[in-house]
Formats: sequence, structure tokens, C-alpha cells
Amino acid sequence: MSARILSREPSTLDISSVLFFLLAFGVVGAGIAVVTLRNIIHSAVAMMICFGSLAGMYALLGAPIVAAAQVLIYLGAISVLILFAIMLTQAGDANLPAPFHRQVPIAAVVALAIIGLVGWAVIQTDWDVVPQAVGAAVDAIADAVFTTFALPFELISMLILVAIIGAIFLARRPEEDERAN
Amino acid sequence: MGLEGYLFVSAILFGIGAFGFMARRNAILMLISIELMFNAVNLSLIAFNAFLPDESNAGAVFALMVMAVAAAEVTVGLALVIAIIRTRQTAEVDQYADLKE
Repeated sequence: MSARILSREPSTLDISSVLFFLLAFGVVGAGIAVVTLRNIIHSAVAMMICFGSLAGMYALLGAPIVAAAQVLIYLGAISVLILFAIMLTQAGDANLPAPFHRQVPIAAVVALAIIGLVGWAVIQTDWDVVPQAVGAAVDAIADAVFTTFALPFELISMLILVAIIGAIFLARRPEEDERAN
Repeated sequence: MGLEGYLFVSAILFGIGAFGFMARRNAILMLISIELMFNAVNLSLIAFNAFLPDESNAGAVFALMVMAVAAAEVTVGLALVIAIIRTRQTAEVDQYADLKE
């Protein structure tokens, strides 16, 4: 009995761990590519890879509805919006300016300090975790959204309405109102 | 893989986003860096929801609400950036220093 358990010990690297490390590599690698690549279109494509890997992580954590929302909102909507904005504003990839500000060393120190502090806090805290990740069922999330969190849900719909009006107001060309008057 | 692994990935992604926001000169890339930080927080919320579960699934609901707020933020942010680029003809934030004078 114990020999069988011992013989099974080395193969603890199960499929979900392999998937986690692949997705973590995708998230971190694509994230680093986003902030270091010189051409901003390449950065936007790396951002899409990062968001897609995160959707995989949400699915791995048993939250399929959040993974679907990630694909719809981030991969589908926000990425396309950002690519549109880049293509509307960039003059082309000739004579690209230097990508980094002169405060790069300070930024690196602050970013490493954030990672170090959060990592230290994660290690120090005695998490009272369940041994296996518990999935968030779609019907349970739907119940929570429309009962416990009904007020924030309504406030967010109001916020999105305000954001739409604000975006239309900001993106309008000033000449167009003069012509209308 | 336990809770700590996901939280480490989340912390690293947040650090990358913070670095990109402070170090890059392009206004649109600063917005992308903010999105990376939003996503890092979302990952930690989903990980907490999976490993410290409660009846109301607050972590997953908060993650969905963060996504909605991020969509609103990026809409207004990009409209602002496009308006600024249209008047200043550049996306480089260090050339927007006129307010200083």
C-alpha cells in the first residue's frame, strides 16, 4: 500500500498544474512583451495573448462564465477598440520614437517593490484555503448578481450609460458643432 | 496548483502593468498597462473565489463588475487620448507639458 503511494509520488505534476504553468508563462511573457516591444501594434497583439491566457486561467479556476466574459469583453471588445485607436492615431511604423520615458529605473524599482511586497504578503499570510479549487456555477453567480449585488449591478449600468455619453461628447470634432449652429 | 501560485502570477502581472504605466511614453500604451493591472486584480479575485469560497460567489461577481468598469474606463480613456492626439498631433505624453507653463 505504502509502496504504491510512494511509487505514485513522483507523478504529482498533473494536467492542471501543467496547464497552469503554460498559462502563467503566457500571461507573464505576453505581459512583459506588452511593455517592452517598440511597435505599439505588436504590444496590442501581445496584450490579446495575455488576455486569452487569463481567460484560460479563469476556466482552470472553475469560473467558465468569467472566462466567457473575458473573451467577449477583453479579447472581443477592448482589444479591437484599442487596435482601432492605434490605427487611427499612429502615422505608421517608420521613425518610431524611443518607447521609454527617462524615469525607467524608478519605474522598475517601484514595480519590483510592488511584486516583492505582494509576494511577501502572500507567503506570510496563513491562507485558510479549501484543498481543491471550487468552481463558481453560472446559476449561483446569476442569483448573486440579481439578489445580493442588485444595487451595484444597476449602478454599473448607469456608469456605462454615462461613459457612452462621455465618449461620444469627447470624440466629436469641434468643427461639427460650429457647422450645426 | 494552489492559491499562492495564482496570486504570484497576479502580483507579477500587476507589477508589469505598473512598470508599463510609469515607463512608457505612449498614451495608448499607458491605457493598455492600466488594463493589465485591472486583469491582475481580476485574476486574484477569481483565485480567492475558487480557494476561499462563500455562498454568494462575491469574487466572481466582483470580477464581472471590474470588467464592466474597465470597459467604461477604456472607452472614455481612448476618447480622451484620441481628442488630445487630434489637437497635439502626437501620442507622446512628455510633449503634453504645456499646462506646466
